[in-house]
Amino acid sequence: MLEQILEILFNVISIGSVLLLAALGLAIVFGLMGVINLAHGELMMLGAYSTYVVQQGFELWAKDALDYYLWVALPVAFIFTALVGVLLEKGVIRFLYGRPLETLLATWGVSLILRQFVRSVDGVLLIGIALFCLLFFGGMWVLRRRVNWESTRDRAIAILLPLSLAITSIASILLGKNEALTNKWFGSRNLDITFPSWLDENLSPENLPNWLAWLGNWMKSVGLEDFSVPRTRLFIIGLTIVCLLGVYLFLNRSNWGLRIRAVTQNRSMSACLGIPTRQVDAFTFALGSGLAGIAGCAVTLIGSVGPNMGGNYIVDAFMVVVVGGVGNLFGSILAALGISTANYLISVETFVPMFEALQTQVAFLKPLWESFVTFFEFFGTSSMAKVLVFALIIAFLQIRPAGIFPQKGRSVEL
Amino acid sequence: MTEQAAPVQSTRKKKRQKLKREIIAIAVLGIILAVAMPAILYALNIGFRLKFLGRFLSLAIIALGIDLIWGYTGLLSLGHGIFFALGGYSLAMHLKVQDGELPDFMTQYGVDQLPWFWEPYQSFPFTLIAIVVLPMAVAGILGYLVFRNRIRGVYFSILTQAALLVFYYFFKGPIELFNGTNGLKTDSDTLFGAVVSSQSVQFVFYEVTVLLLIAAYLLCRWLTSGRFGRLLIAIRDDENRVRFSGYDPTGFKVVVFAISGALAGIAGALYSVQTGIVTPDNTMEVAFSIEMVIWVAVGGRGTLVGAILGAVLVSLARTLLSEKFPDFWLFFQGGLFLLVVTVLPDGIVGWFRGGGINRARSLFGFPKPVFTYPSLEEDPEVQKEREVFEETETR
Repeated sequence: MLEQILEILFNVISIGSVLLLAALGLAIVFGLMGVINLAHGELMMLGAYSTYVVQQGFELWAKDALDYYLWVALPVAFIFTALVGVLLEKGVIRFLYGRPLETLLATWGVSLILRQFVRSVDGVLLIGIALFCLLFFGGMWVLRRRVNWESTRDRAIAILLPLSLAITSIASILLGKNEALTNKWFGSRNLDITFPSWLDENLSPENLPNWLAWLGNWMKSVGLEDFSVPRTRLFIIGLTIVCLLGVYLFLNRSNWGLRIRAVTQNRSMSACLGIPTRQVDAFTFALGSGLAGIAGCAVTLIGSVGPNMGGNYIVDAFMVVVVGGVGNLFGSILAALGISTANYLISVETFVPMFEALQTQVAFLKPLWESFVTFFEFFGTSSMAKVLVFALIIAFLQIRPAGIFPQKGRSVEL
Repeated sequence: MTEQAAPVQSTRKKKRQKLKREIIAIAVLGIILAVAMPAILYALNIGFRLKFLGRFLSLAIIALGIDLIWGYTGLLSLGHGIFFALGGYSLAMHLKVQDGELPDFMTQYGVDQLPWFWEPYQSFPFTLIAIVVLPMAVAGILGYLVFRNRIRGVYFSILTQAALLVFYYFFKGPIELFNGTNGLKTDSDTLFGAVVSSQSVQFVFYEVTVLLLIAAYLLCRWLTSGRFGRLLIAIRDDENRVRFSGYDPTGFKVVVFAISGALAGIAGALYSVQTGIVTPDNTMEVAFSIEMVIWVAVGGRGTLVGAILGAVLVSLARTLLSEKFPDFWLFFQGGLFLLVVTVLPDGIVGWFRGGGINRARSLFGFPKPVFTYPSLEEDPEVQKEREVFEETETR
């Protein structure tokens, strides 16, 4: 009995920590900036792909240290996705502040482009993009120094854009004849990453490290010698805790955190007091994107890496943010745990044996228990569990429309 | 009093003239679509392309529904695939069980009795009603539960997307109920004795699509031109002020969402029967439902013509591009999202109305024409004042 309870608890925490890790960056960007980033899942995908690249690099150049690639991959994923995030903020989202629905559509466009980019990236595409940027943005940069720039800007774009597009496409057609350049880097199939060997096996009271021997002895004494957990899951839980602590300390103890909170509360007042709001926006978005990268890196431990992997997490992550209440880390934690509990309990058919057991004990309620059993049997599969969880979320939002911890204020807006 | 009556009548006259012109334009377009297009396509010996045109036009019906809910009411629904699929599945289920036998896949998975919710689909009139009423009811209930709590904006969008995912899993999950991922094929079924994929039946469906598109346009035109339409726009622009004026926006939003869902259901039935199959993947994909929104954005939201135009143009581009360059389509679509949102927020129709042609001309050295304030010229109040003024001058 104790073992079962512990198992349920561990599974719930482990599913919840993956959810939370995916939702953390989203919660920061949404809560602090009011920006819905539908490309968040694709940023996770980029983090996962950068992990794959790092692992491949280790296999090529540093085979001895292959076990420790994860320690390099985590910061690489963070920095890479943060840079992509800065690019995204400077290129698209900056123009759309205060228009959340438009931001939502634009980021969806970005996510489509990123998905296809990963599928079809090869040497030609990369050279083509570089050439186009050089011609178009370089040309704009040169022309910008002219005196009557403002009045000729539209015309300059109208001439430069088709010109550089034409040159780029001709160049890429010519380059396309080269075999080495047209090799797809990743392709559209899913890639598998081998774990470092120290994450391979399960952790049980038998093979605990020395400094935890007392825990193993204690577990054996209460009859838990068979209880074991996969190390990858433990690693993800630990990573989530570290990330949460880091974000909490960053937002509440550092200078930049103070600035971010100030801009969140009152943008124009912060600008008046000399806080560079533009930089704060870019910085916050970079932080959120970087956390997505870390989540992507962690997710490689429980599944394969593919162009469509981002879509699996994005809606669940949004549900965590909506249920938790916007801009509240503690709410997000509770929501992630709650959703994972509901998901796990329904999908693993915990209720079916329970009601079946009750059926034999209380005879006169038999038809009731039987209908319960058929109901939960129907919703028992993991996909049907989502149906029931969504119904629960809608029911919850009837009671607390703004999440567990709504933002306090006197405005009539939600 | 008599002095006042004259100008009012003249604006009314102008309105009536405008209406007359619009009706003539619709009639002409309708005749071109219903009669001329099939004739041309059959004459060119590419009659099978008619199916494509029919599909695009049925997608235009759902675009009209999205324009009602997004363009006019300001609620971005990312879950219209639900209603689309409900319409499509309703018709497909009727085609499967009309002869009173169990569908093939059910016997394959060991079901010996028709599930209770399949039973009524044996009757054709019920199916016709279900295509409209079922999506309408689902939209109404979902809308009521969401709008009652004043959930709106991006929250509404996310919730509709989650709802879409739920329905996706619901139709995909229990394989013995809806045949799971394989979906329901309607190609080889018969309708009143004729095979659905035959040319004559497809032609009938094409004509029905054109007629229903015109009917949907007229319905939306009627809804948006009167007081109801103004309320919708008011909800879009400042919902709180509407509430403070003594209206309850919830009811209006629920009604609009339900109508929009019904239009989506009709579109789904027409689309899936012209495609020959309805599966969770081709009707309820998250990407497809968001794509619907971009049709409206490309054409110009808040203009009914724009919704139709955008749906037809983008689906045409999709068919052409994904036939020739399957890789390129996603780049193109993503670029379209970015472009429309950042550069062309009012879509094609809005661009034309905002003097886009003149701006494009000015890029190539033609001088920009000088404008007065066009909005003032079109304002009926100003017109009225001016006419009154002219009348007193001439006297």
